[in-house]
Amino acid sequence: MSGTFLDSTELVLNMGPQHPSTHGVLRVIVKLDGEKVTGTECVIGYLHRGVEKIGENRTYAMFAPYVDRMDYVAAVSNGLGYCLAVEKLLNVEAPPRAQVVRVILTELNRIASHLLWLGTHALDIGAITPLFYCMREREATLNIFEKYCGARLTTHAFRIGGLQYETYEGFEQECLAFCDMFLPKCDEYEELLTGNRIWVQRLRNVGVLNAEDCKAYGVTGPLLRAAGVKWDLRKAQPYSGYDKYDFEIPTCENGDSFDRYIIRMREMRQSVRIIRQAVADIPAGPIMAKVPKVIKPPVGEVYVSIEAPKGELGYYIVSDGSTQPYRVRVRPPSFVNLQSLDKMARGSLVADLVAVIGTIDIVLGEVDR
Amino acid sequence: MRKLLRRILLVDFLEGLRVTFRHQHPKKIVTMQYPAERPKVAERYRGAPRLNINPENGQTLCIACDLCALACPEALIVVGWERNPETKRKDLINFTYDTSRCMFCGLCEDACPVDALELTQDFELASYSREGAIFDRQVLEEGIQPTRYKF
Ligand code: SF4
Ligand code: SF4
Repeated sequence: MSGTFLDSTELVLNMGPQHPSTHGVLRVIVKLDGEKVTGTECVIGYLHRGVEKIGENRTYAMFAPYVDRMDYVAAVSNGLGYCLAVEKLLNVEAPPRAQVVRVILTELNRIASHLLWLGTHALDIGAITPLFYCMREREATLNIFEKYCGARLTTHAFRIGGLQYETYEGFEQECLAFCDMFLPKCDEYEELLTGNRIWVQRLRNVGVLNAEDCKAYGVTGPLLRAAGVKWDLRKAQPYSGYDKYDFEIPTCENGDSFDRYIIRMREMRQSVRIIRQAVADIPAGPIMAKVPKVIKPPVGEVYVSIEAPKGELGYYIVSDGSTQPYRVRVRPPSFVNLQSLDKMARGSLVADLVAVIGTIDIVLGEVDR
Repeated sequence: MRKLLRRILLVDFLEGLRVTFRHQHPKKIVTMQYPAERPKVAERYRGAPRLNINPENGQTLCIACDLCALACPEALIVVGWERNPETKRKDLINFTYDTSRCMFCGLCEDACPVDALELTQDFELASYSREGAIFDRQVLEEGIQPTRYKF
């Protein structure tokens, strides 16, 4: 390094855990050369509640509400993954009606999760307005959850073997009304952001992660698709009847933050498409499969993964034949995606680090569990 | 050239601002003026617990079967009962429900065979002390009485 007076010595700085743009309690130790990031290290665990350990001390049905508290922004997806895993262990399948309702709620939740991401990410970048609009639209989905199952955030909407609650009167109409209302709003967000030069300049070529890196790090979800890999578990290994619906997997080329924004915007539109198809055709019938009152799966182990809003969410459950799981291991998308932070942030500016953390879309409840 | 003109005239910002101003209309305000205006929560809302009373004879519906306590993942329900020597049935003595540990998952409500325990639409569960968060039978039967402010 040439020795001019502008040179600075290396500086090690703590970002977080109370930094508002770390989306919770993430602590990043940043190595800085002036304004340039030369290395990062994540310190996690501030929100560790031992969810996996709790699972070993609860019966299968009792553990279901706890999984909602991992990725609390997308609690319905968490619940779906867990229920599917235990159902596979029990070798039962939810009845068709339950499956369709599950798909509707999960897609609504995907929209809610992406909306919260969009609002907070824009806030990090400096666009304050979208947050309020996103929250307003998210409220509509939360109202549907509230009417359906009685809770807004940690919903506990699904049960092992199907559903606990029958859909309420006007459920279909409300979902369709939401779809009709939401698409123009989506255009509105794009009007606010996509063309905005600050937005584009802050995100273009920031936090680039190409397809090889994504695969090496095990990154999934919108990050992977932004790098051009067409991989979505809803298509790759359909669950809960996703193969019946006609939808596309949006992909982009560059794998930078802007592409991830575009991917998520398109994904929300695809979710609306799925909801429309699902609502149009909710079969009649029971909502609960024949599941014994005391759930006692046979000895064995399963791994079931679903496409959560943030990526691949997997549950690995080992049963020793008792009423409680022997081991519950969760593969949280946020945790795995967060590992690519260093790769993305190295060499960028401090301000870009904020953008990169935002673009991964982490929820610390899920990272720390 | 057009691109340059767009940049100089700040067209991209104005487009964004147009959206912002479209939403300034007073009719479009969605903020709720709580507590002056109280939200109406959904019918199935899982809020403060209540022990239902038979409206005909004023007796509790609870049969002290303890199923709710067994279903609760947090084990926060304690059902106190006594065997009635005459009727040979369990009589409910006390019922403790610790809302400070409750996650309002609704499993207890689902487990109750006689619909005695119910999570209601009352959502104002704050209290000034930790003891206030532990509901005994009286509170559960009468329901919480949140302060209603006058405006
Ligand atoms: S709502 Fe859930 S946590 Fe609360 S008492 Fe009932 S079962 Fe227990
Ligand atoms: S399950 Fe219902 S009837 Fe049984 S003890 Fe609980 S509240 Fe009473």
